[in-house]
Amino acid sequence: MNAYKNAQRGAFASIPMIIGGVPFGLLFGSLAAANDLSIWFAIAMSSIVFAGSAQFVALGLIAADAPLWVIILTTFVVNLRHILYAADMLRFVRHLPLRLRLLMGFGLIDETYAAVRPMYDMGSANKADGHQVYIGSFLSFYLMWNVTTVLGALAGELIPGISDWGLEFAMVATFIGIVTPYLKSVPYWGAFGVAIIASVTLKEMPNHLGLILATLLAVLVGYCLDRYSEVDKKRGAANV
Amino acid sequence: MSNLELALIILGMFIVTYGIRVVLFAGAHRAEIPEWLDKALKFVPISVLTAIIAPMSLTNSEGLALSLLNPWFVGALTSLLIGLVFKRQLLTICVGVLVFFLMKLFVGG
Repeated sequence: MNAYKNAQRGAFASIPMIIGGVPFGLLFGSLAAANDLSIWFAIAMSSIVFAGSAQFVALGLIAADAPLWVIILTTFVVNLRHILYAADMLRFVRHLPLRLRLLMGFGLIDETYAAVRPMYDMGSANKADGHQVYIGSFLSFYLMWNVTTVLGALAGELIPGISDWGLEFAMVATFIGIVTPYLKSVPYWGAFGVAIIASVTLKEMPNHLGLILATLLAVLVGYCLDRYSEVDKKRGAANV
Repeated sequence: MSNLELALIILGMFIVTYGIRVVLFAGAHRAEIPEWLDKALKFVPISVLTAIIAPMSLTNSEGLALSLLNPWFVGALTSLLIGLVFKRQLLTICVGVLVFFLMKLFVGG
């Protein structure tokens, strides 16, 4: 398969999340306009920073007249989860040339990680073509994010209440479609269960800290169960 | 806010956001990940994706919302069951989304 086909596969796998992101791009653009920020500021945010939830948080902080360092520190905390994605993706990118890795780092967002990372596990991406799938996913999302930001800034009130339609459910369903193939062994079920309980319990923590903690906890439990079942297997083999 | 302040906000946010995303990738060719960490990181996709959507599916502004009248809960549950039984991603997404919007239409919420 050629590079274009692979990029197309990445874009295709991201469609539900792109649809889910549309209301947020529109909302971001219109909120920026509602806060008397210029359309150029909104465009610069979406095209240079390119970080969905951190952009919304920053709008809130700007409206609250927060100082620069608070905005930057909060952005740091909100985006901290991406370092986990990078660590997990390392094994698939380390052989690539630096300029490709620098580009891929820019596009390491929730949606692209969610769409592409499991494809390596399910066999539809590999070290040879995975980066093309990845770039296809992130460029299509990037395009949508910037187009909807502009549209939102120009005509935020055009589709009133679109953020209440529940288009984000497309993302929920997609993530479930990505998660279920993993649910084949006890460690993965363990991580799944802990992630649910911990994320719901810690929901009220600010700046996605609950999300980060719940993720770390679930990873830890999955890892421990994995270790335990390996030791168990070895012991079983020794007894034969 | 002045234009300079706004430009600094963009610049600062770009540096921390891109920095977090790229720092490991940039040094990837020499980074050595210990085996135990490599094994643990395999649980990141299922953990983070579940942790993102569980609060959306199981709670609302008032707390736990495990009601059969909650479109988010029922839609997510449907997706999960379809995914586990049929193991087809597109089917999982489509049926879940359909159930969600039908419920929203009839039940509201």
